[in-house]
Amino acid sequence: MNWKKSSKIKPIGVIGIGSFGAAIANLLAEKNEVLVYARDQGVVDAINEQHMVKNRKLEEKIQATSDPEMLCEVCDIMFPMIPSAAFREVMVQFAPYLHPYHFLIHGTKGLSLNLPKGKNLENIHQIKRENICTMSEVILQETVVERIGCLAGPNLAKELLEDQPGATVIASRYDEVISEGQRLLRSDNFQVYGNSDIVGVELSGVLKNIIAIAAGALSGMGLGDNAKGLLVSRGMVEMIYLGNAMGGETKSFLGLAGIGDLVTTCNSTLSRNYTLGFRLARGETLDDIVSNMEEVAEGINTVKLIKLYLESTDTRAPITENLYKVLFEDFKVETALQYLMKYPIYTDIDFL
Amino acid sequence: MVIFDQPNDILLTDDYIKHQYAPILPKKDEWPVVKLSKSRKEFIQQVVASSRERIKSLTGNQLQALREELELTLYRERMRIKQNPWLVDPEDEAVFWSKVKSALLVIGADQQSLENEKKEKYYEVLSSITLRYAEEIASNFKHSHYKMTRSIVTFGFSRLLNTARVKGFKSVFSNQYSLQDKIQIIGETDQLRELASKGTIVMVPTHFSNLDSILIGWTINTLGLPPFIYGAGLNLFNIQIFAYFMNALGAYKVDRRKKNLVYLETLKTYSREAIQFGCHSLFFPGGTRSRNGNIESKLKLGLLSTAIEAQRANYQNGDKEFGKVFIVPVTINYHFVLEAPSLIHDHLNFTGQERYYHESDEFSTSYKISKFLVKFFTKGSDISVSIGKAMDILGNHVDVEGNSRDKQGRAIDCRDYFLSNGKVTVDLQREEEYTKKLGRRIVEEFHKINRVFSSHLVAFTAFRLIKKANKKLDLFSLLRLPEEDIYLSYETFRAATAEVLECIQKLRQEGKLHMAPHLEMPLEEIIRHGLENVGMYHAKRPLIRNEQGHIVTEDISLLYYYHNRLDGYELEKII
Repeated sequence: MNWKKSSKIKPIGVIGIGSFGAAIANLLAEKNEVLVYARDQGVVDAINEQHMVKNRKLEEKIQATSDPEMLCEVCDIMFPMIPSAAFREVMVQFAPYLHPYHFLIHGTKGLSLNLPKGKNLENIHQIKRENICTMSEVILQETVVERIGCLAGPNLAKELLEDQPGATVIASRYDEVISEGQRLLRSDNFQVYGNSDIVGVELSGVLKNIIAIAAGALSGMGLGDNAKGLLVSRGMVEMIYLGNAMGGETKSFLGLAGIGDLVTTCNSTLSRNYTLGFRLARGETLDDIVSNMEEVAEGINTVKLIKLYLESTDTRAPITENLYKVLFEDFKVETALQYLMKYPIYTDIDFL
Repeated sequence: MVIFDQPNDILLTDDYIKHQYAPILPKKDEWPVVKLSKSRKEFIQQVVASSRERIKSLTGNQLQALREELELTLYRERMRIKQNPWLVDPEDEAVFWSKVKSALLVIGADQQSLENEKKEKYYEVLSSITLRYAEEIASNFKHSHYKMTRSIVTFGFSRLLNTARVKGFKSVFSNQYSLQDKIQIIGETDQLRELASKGTIVMVPTHFSNLDSILIGWTINTLGLPPFIYGAGLNLFNIQIFAYFMNALGAYKVDRRKKNLVYLETLKTYSREAIQFGCHSLFFPGGTRSRNGNIESKLKLGLLSTAIEAQRANYQNGDKEFGKVFIVPVTINYHFVLEAPSLIHDHLNFTGQERYYHESDEFSTSYKISKFLVKFFTKGSDISVSIGKAMDILGNHVDVEGNSRDKQGRAIDCRDYFLSNGKVTVDLQREEEYTKKLGRRIVEEFHKINRVFSSHLVAFTAFRLIKKANKKLDLFSLLRLPEEDIYLSYETFRAATAEVLECIQKLRQEGKLHMAPHLEMPLEEIIRHGLENVGMYHAKRPLIRNEQGHIVTEDISLLYYYHNRLDGYELEKII
């Protein structure tokens, strides 16, 4: 593999090769050379030799490396596809090799905690907005990359890998990032929309995971579609309130990354967050579920951080607050539901 | 990888060191501003040509759009001449615009010419307008005037100063106090001097008073830097004493009445070309003086964007020696702002509304200014000018060599910000985002280098206490309270001041602001000093201690104004 000498066409980088990373790598490989970064040499070898990653088939032209420096040198555009828990660490690791000419387009629907030095969750008395970061904010904090984008929308990895029709939103403050992303990803079966409100789009993807867990829990309790409709609609309102408080624009939540993704995840057994809620309602404990899931359900961490953030604001988010109790305080799902049914809000829509 | 000493704002000292600075470019012929004024004619032609290109791309080179833009410009200019004439306006204005009018009519009625020929005629009209604008904007820098002004300022001011402070017969000739004792320059002065010979400086100060331009002019000179050019409101040229100073300091003229596209583009092109030429420049990024006494939190991005465009153009043109643009934030700290009463009045009247810009304030005549200057130098109110760390056009700090550094101290090549597919490209939307980011960074730096004075402390504390005592009133009702009904017991005031001071000290330790050395005095002293100085020359004092020992205000709006200086630090959570 020698990218440097045949540098006419630069390959597109993909950082992290979980299920979503693999799906995006395959989409990208339809039109481009693709170079994947994976930490684990075994994974790298498996991609280069067998074109497989964890039982998932990758396009043959996709190659892999475990060297961040090399990746940054040969690629101008990279797609970080890493769980939020490891995102900051990976960015720190890549930072020495990143330059302002790089474009980073991430696909991580989670939040990252950023506390001042010497503080941790035990000794800090208040979590402010600046302490919980979306992934684009993490990139800005840890690297010199300015031209950042994010992918969000109903993108269940399994369906993407099967090349079913779908769409995504690419959000960036920079038009050039949006058009690059569209050029790279758009295909006969895949539509790509643009949005300039990157924080709003990121928050849509992040916050919908909370509602997805709740939706899974409703199904787990054997409740029907009326209840689901109620939850999706109230969940939407809650997302918009939280999202506005955290700097997103209302209209972003009404788009593909908001409603589109919410409806998809709240109805899909393919969603990890949905599955988590479902199994909780069936009586399994959080620890048990987490220990035998292949990849993390971002919603767990999101609920935790948003709950902390709520304590320092006037914003109310009843679904999140009750879900927190279920996840971390041994609250019964049934009790939480009763509580929500009694919650004194009687206005349907008051954010438009 | 070079790790230079961590960018650490805490290193910036609070104490001021009196320096003698040698000029960095002793020969005036080397000054960019002198070079520019020598090639004034060519430079203006360059501005006209660039503006034309710019407007061509903004109108999409469409006949229709171009014609509409020209007609709109004509309409607005005729309205301006009719409704808002100024002393400085040239006499032939009406004549010029009627010529434009007939030219436009002729082209419009022309049935014979082809579209391209018509377009060419419209561009000719456009060029005649931009030429006129560029001539008006262009500065009239004359080295002899500059020298003259410089000696007036330094000589005149220090005479006044010494007469007032050194008692006795020989006082007039004493050199015990110089202007530097009165106006303290603190912060990154050495870096600024260093970088001024390595690249082009764009200085961005906070703006509270019309005196700022002269003050900054003096500061630049004291630091041994060649003169900077800067955009000064044309209205200031109405006042002769200012006109004289401004012309000498390399000011170009900005007419806020003219809001048409052609004018704005010509103005921005002028600024951009001057930066590309290597002229150090000065923008007041807040646009106008802060009306409410706050440190600017929203900047006008128009002129700022020219710094970024100039930087990109320098990279496009390749290997320029002084091609890097450095942004240097500066705050000017006062106990007292002469125009405060009219500024806050304006602010409260117009809050939330863009109103017509109306000029009427204490700086309206030369006489009033002279009177103020005498007061200023004979009474003991100090001013300090804080020079911040230099940044590149994206707001990264730069080291002494002028290299941009990221938060970890790694070198950044600024050219990379303008690359796509390995080439420097023009992308105005990208540059617009960069400008917003730079604006946010400047605001952050303003708050960090801002120097808290005793007067800010007492004004802030007192106003917050009054507000707390009247919780149910909104701001406007609060400001309508009769002053004689408001008083604070000294003990309450003292305790609250101590609390706010403690928070300020904490912020200082975190590197979030700076404190004047007089804040290290004992609390009682600080309060006394603050009360003495806050808005000291106003007819109605914002804060005093009355005969009963209570803290009272004679003008609550003024108190609000001075209190606002500490807005934006989340100090309001204390009281």
